[in-house]
Amino acid sequence: MLQDSINNFFIEVAKITHFTIQTIANLFKRPFELEEFIKQSYRSGYKTLPLITITALIMGLVLTIQTRPVLVKLGAEAWLPGMVFISVIREMGPVITALIFAGKVGSGIGAEINSMRVTEQIDAMEVSGTYPIKYLVSTRVLATTLMLPILVIYADFIALFGSYIGFTLRSNISFISFFNQAFSDIDFIDIIPAVIKTFFFGFGIGIVSCYKGYFLNKGTEGVGIAANSAVVISSLVIFIIDLIVVQITDLIV
Amino acid sequence: MNEYNTDETVIDVEHLYKSFGDNRVLNDINFSLRKGENLVVLGKSGAGKSVLIRCIVRLNWPDSGIIKVFGINILEVVEYELNKIRRKIGYLFQGGALYDSMTLKENLLFPLKRGMKNYPESEYDNLVDEVLESVGLLDVKDKVPSELSGGMKKRAGLARTLVLKPEIILYDEPTSGLDPFTSEDISELIVSIKEKFNNSSIIVTHDMKCAKKTADRILVMEHGKFISEGNYNDLKSTKWMI
Repeated sequence: MLQDSINNFFIEVAKITHFTIQTIANLFKRPFELEEFIKQSYRSGYKTLPLITITALIMGLVLTIQTRPVLVKLGAEAWLPGMVFISVIREMGPVITALIFAGKVGSGIGAEINSMRVTEQIDAMEVSGTYPIKYLVSTRVLATTLMLPILVIYADFIALFGSYIGFTLRSNISFISFFNQAFSDIDFIDIIPAVIKTFFFGFGIGIVSCYKGYFLNKGTEGVGIAANSAVVISSLVIFIIDLIVVQITDLIV
Repeated sequence: MNEYNTDETVIDVEHLYKSFGDNRVLNDINFSLRKGENLVVLGKSGAGKSVLIRCIVRLNWPDSGIIKVFGINILEVVEYELNKIRRKIGYLFQGGALYDSMTLKENLLFPLKRGMKNYPESEYDNLVDEVLESVGLLDVKDKVPSELSGGMKKRAGLARTLVLKPEIILYDEPTSGLDPFTSEDISELIVSIKEKFNNSSIIVTHDMKCAKKTADRILVMEHGKFISEGNYNDLKSTKWMI
C-alpha cells in the first residue's frame, strides 16, 4: 500500500516534469500561437482586475485599521504607511493576489481543458496533426506567468490606496504625504524578490491547472475534480514557492 | 460500390492486442484496408470497435501488434512523423468533437492553418466554403457548435476532417444519437464523399442500415475479435446480422 503510494507519487512527479518540459519547449516552436496567447492574457489578466481591485482595497484598508491601535500605543503612528506598504509588497500582495488568481483563473483553466478532454476536442487536435500542448497549454502558462506579476503590482498600489483610506478615518493626511511616507521606507530589495516570485507563482498556477485538466479522464465528474485540484494544488504550490523564495532572500540579504 | 483497387492496401493491422486492466478489449485483430474501400466494422457497444480505430491513429497504445499505415508502422515512429501520417487520416468523432469556443468556419481553419502549411493562405476561405458546401453547412459557417443540431455537428465534424483532404477517413459511430432520417442523410453523405474524394474509410457502427448503405466489406466484431467477414448480402442471413 505504502509502496504503491510512493510509486504513484514518483510517477506523478515524472509526468508533471515531462509535461513542464514539453510546455516550455513548445513556447519556442514556430509558428507562435500569438492570437491564443493574447486571448488568454485578456481572460486571465483583464477579466480578473475587478476581483483583484476589491480584494486589494480591502486588504490595505483592513491591515491599516488592525495595525493602527498597536502603533498608536507605541507612539509610532508615523510608521504605519511604511509598515503596511512593506507588508503588502513583500508578502500580502503577492500571496493573496496569487491565491485569488488560482481560485479564478486556475479553476477556469482546469475545468476548460478537462471538458475539452472529455468531449474529445483534445483528441481531435491530436489526430489532425496539431499540437494541443502548444495551442492549449503553452499559451495559458505563458499568459498566467506574465499576467500575475502585473496584477500583483496593480494590487500593491490599490492596497496602498486602501491603506490611505483606512488611515484617514482617524488622522488627517494628504494623499501625497502618505505616499511619500510609504515609499520612504521601501528599498529595491523589498520589491525585486517579491516581483520575481510572482512569475514563479503564475507559472506554477498555469502548469498545475493545465496538467490537472489535461490528464484527468473521468468524464463530466472529472471536470469538477480538475477545477478543484487545480485550485488546491496551485495554492499549495504558491506557499511552497513563497517559502523557498523567503529562505533564499533571507540568505542573500 | 466495389471500385477499389484490391492490390493496394493503405492500412495493415496484424496481431493487435489491447487491454484496459484485466479487460481485454482487442484480441488478436488482423485485417487490411484497401485503397478506395469502405470497410464497416460492425458490432455491439463495448465490442472494441472504437478502441480499434483509436489505436490506428495512436490515440490509444496497443499492448502488442503491428499497425501499418501507408506501409509505416505507426507504433515505431516519433511524434513528428506520426503527425505527418495523421494529417492524411481524417477522424470523425462520435460527438463531432467540435471546438466549442470557435465558430464553424474557425473550426475548419484551425487544422487547415496548422496542417496544410504549403497551401496558399489566400485560398483558405475558398477551401472552407467549398468543403462546407459539400456537407450542406455553408449558410451556418458563422455559428458556434452549441447553435447546431446533432446531425449538423456530425456534418461539421466531417467537414473539419475533409478540409485536410485525407486519404483515409475513420468514422466512429457516424449515425449514433441521430434520428432515422438524419442517419440516412449521414450514410448517404459518407457514400457521396467516397465517390467525390475517392478515399478509403473504416466505418465503425452498430447501425445495420448505415452498414448496408456504406459498406464494400463488413467485419463483424464481438468481444474484441472479428467473427465474420463479407459484404452485406453475404452476411445478412447470418445470426450476427439478424
